[in-house]
Amino acid sequence: MYKATIFVTLKESVLDPQGVAVKGSLHSLGYAEVKDVRIGKRIEVLIESDNRRKAEQQVREICEKVLSNPVIEQFRFELEEVA
Amino acid sequence: MRFAVPVFPGSNCDLDCVHAIEDVLQEPVEPVWHQEEDVSRFDAIILPGGFSYGDYLRTGALARFSPVMKGVKQAAESGKLVIGICNGFQILLEMGLLPGAMLTNDHLQFRCEMQTLIVENVETPFTCKYAPGEAIRIPIAHMSGNYFCDPSTLAELKQNGQIVFRYAGDNPNGSIEKIAGICNRKRNVLGMMPHPERAIADWMGSEDGKKLFQSMFAYWKENCGAA
Repeated sequence: MYKATIFVTLKESVLDPQGVAVKGSLHSLGYAEVKDVRIGKRIEVLIESDNRRKAEQQVREICEKVLSNPVIEQFRFELEEVA
Repeated sequence: MRFAVPVFPGSNCDLDCVHAIEDVLQEPVEPVWHQEEDVSRFDAIILPGGFSYGDYLRTGALARFSPVMKGVKQAAESGKLVIGICNGFQILLEMGLLPGAMLTNDHLQFRCEMQTLIVENVETPFTCKYAPGEAIRIPIAHMSGNYFCDPSTLAELKQNGQIVFRYAGDNPNGSIEKIAGICNRKRNVLGMMPHPERAIADWMGSEDGKKLFQSMFAYWKENCGAA
């Protein structure tokens, strides 16, 4: 069994209105040092598999087909074997 | 002309669409539960607004895997008219029947108000009854209507006349070049954020949405015959 921890974020070129709003709030709290905030998603997927490469490929496919929209988003993931 | 209105868990403008067809065209229209795959008996499909699958993951992202969307895709490919309104537009983008993607409104507000649009292209099955450049009043109600696409896609949309509606006045959501609605290259698939089905009677504040449905009917009558 493998656990994939997937991070989906907006591409650098795409404006993140949520991040901009949070940055504004942090500034009004006095954290003038905050230069940028970007918000994304963290998704955990458990895959029943005894083959790391196959699991990795499946996670990639899932990310490309469903979990991210390639027009606006990018993804990366970590894979760890779990009992 | 037979219309289908696919209904997903979380759709909430489905009955408005049904009433619009009944009131404006007096043509047969049926809500179709999203588990039904075969929609071949219909001449046109209206993907309604709402929050299909609770907008989980991304707006429109999960509805595209509903069985009914197989039939919708076939209908679109065979040249039948498919219109996606609001959440319906978001679904069409997610499934790739229209190019681009939808982002959260740049001001993070849910905007629900009357909006003036400019009809940019009247040479489509959805706008042939409007005058070129006509200003029409159609309400919007969304939080993710900030249309986005890369520069090459935008150039293509312009070159092929695929930008059908633009917002007049202030941009209500940050949409690129004030895009409110686009069609595919073949012009038989339209996606738009504003709700024409909510502008079909004087008491609604506007009747400007009527001509959209009348355009579809006129196009169908001329091209597909009154079978």
